[in-house]
Amino acid sequence: MSNAAWAKNEYLKVIVADPFIEMHSGPASGYPVFHVVERGEKIEVLKKKTDWFKVRTRKGVEGWVHHNEMLQTLTLNGKKARFPDTTIEGFRNRTWEIGLQSGDFEGAASITLYGSYYFTPTLSTEISFSQAIGNFSSNLLANVRLSAHPFPEWRVSPFFALGVGIIDTSPKGTLVQTVDRQDTLSHVSIGTDIYLTKRFILRLEYNNFKVFTSRNDNEEVQEWKAGFAVFF
Amino acid sequence: MESRFRSLFLTSLILLSATLLHMQVSHAADPVELKNGQIIQPELKRRKITLADIDTEDYEIGIYAGALSIEDFGVNAVYGAKIAYHVTENIFAEFTLGQSTASKTSFELLSGGLQLLTDDERDFTYYNISVGYNLLAGESFFGSRAYNSDLYIIGGIGSTNFADNDNFTWNIGVGFRFVPKDWFAIHIDVRDHMFKSELLGSSKLTHNLELTTGITFFF
Repeated sequence: MSNAAWAKNEYLKVIVADPFIEMHSGPASGYPVFHVVERGEKIEVLKKKTDWFKVRTRKGVEGWVHHNEMLQTLTLNGKKARFPDTTIEGFRNRTWEIGLQSGDFEGAASITLYGSYYFTPTLSTEISFSQAIGNFSSNLLANVRLSAHPFPEWRVSPFFALGVGIIDTSPKGTLVQTVDRQDTLSHVSIGTDIYLTKRFILRLEYNNFKVFTSRNDNEEVQEWKAGFAVFF
Repeated sequence: MESRFRSLFLTSLILLSATLLHMQVSHAADPVELKNGQIIQPELKRRKITLADIDTEDYEIGIYAGALSIEDFGVNAVYGAKIAYHVTENIFAEFTLGQSTASKTSFELLSGGLQLLTDDERDFTYYNISVGYNLLAGESFFGSRAYNSDLYIIGGIGSTNFADNDNFTWNIGVGFRFVPKDWFAIHIDVRDHMFKSELLGSSKLTHNLELTTGITFFF
């Protein structure tokens, strides 16, 4: 979603340098090829969906061209057009990351949605929301943390994190009525991000939570989880 | 100076009419190709358009409505909203929020006034985070016109709140996406929401089948 409003009708133009490029009827390889554009012809790039570019020929034919074919085009100055792909380089220099994890929260099934912002490749902050559903109670957690990534250049990149948050515990309805309670908690975390392909990351993680209860003892909770993330 | 004047002239044209501008620029900026293949580039200062100006449409947002069969509690109207992010041409991630209200069990109906659940406890709300895979991309023909469509499979995890309990919920399903416009799609979805419930005595895995139709917009 980025274009200057007043430049709405102007699009990036490139020149086909391959003998021809194929135009599909939709943004996936499964859609049929219905048109080819020959070398030397100029095309306008209208929009992009995943790895596919919607282009328009001079005669007004519109269709979808794959990223790999767009790499074989020239700018109007005759230079190679640069349509950057998402590779491990992007993983190393990612700014935003959003992911989903599932795991075991001291016996309860947990689901986590998180978003991270990288200040530098080695330091990031993260906010996460989790729900852990056990046999006797259900917990909602919100946490913020700071993470250190000492080896950002590695494909399997470990991290350490420290964070704080709140936990809301509500007992299951079938039990004797007890009141909901809210406590603060802190956690230390160790885990690793593994770059898979394109924009995908696999994350494995262990968390050790310290729940500061209003009772005499503080509670310790362990969580193991795994999940997928995409980065931008 | 001359080129500055020219761009000033163009800018005022833009302000007058966007369509007029489009015609002006695209005609004026077209390189003229001579018979021997030499290209004459018109001497016009181009506004720089970069890759960042290409509009990406990887997100899909929409609403849906349909019928949900809540195990033991009849078939009920369901509605919800979803947002999806398309990671590749095949894979997408989707977040869904849905809501329904359980009707009475056949036992409640037959027994007269007896109620197993209060009205509040009949609220059935769920969320899930799922991963979908576009299995069959192709064209669907409507009359003589071809439209893009996808058949996808989808599955994920989430939570269902029913009878005042949160239940860890798995879902699997299959869906059909009909795409009449690049930015607009119509969906038909079948989904099974599965969770363990002890509501009627013994613990069992309940299957809650859902059939919905919805519209989404790409942005």
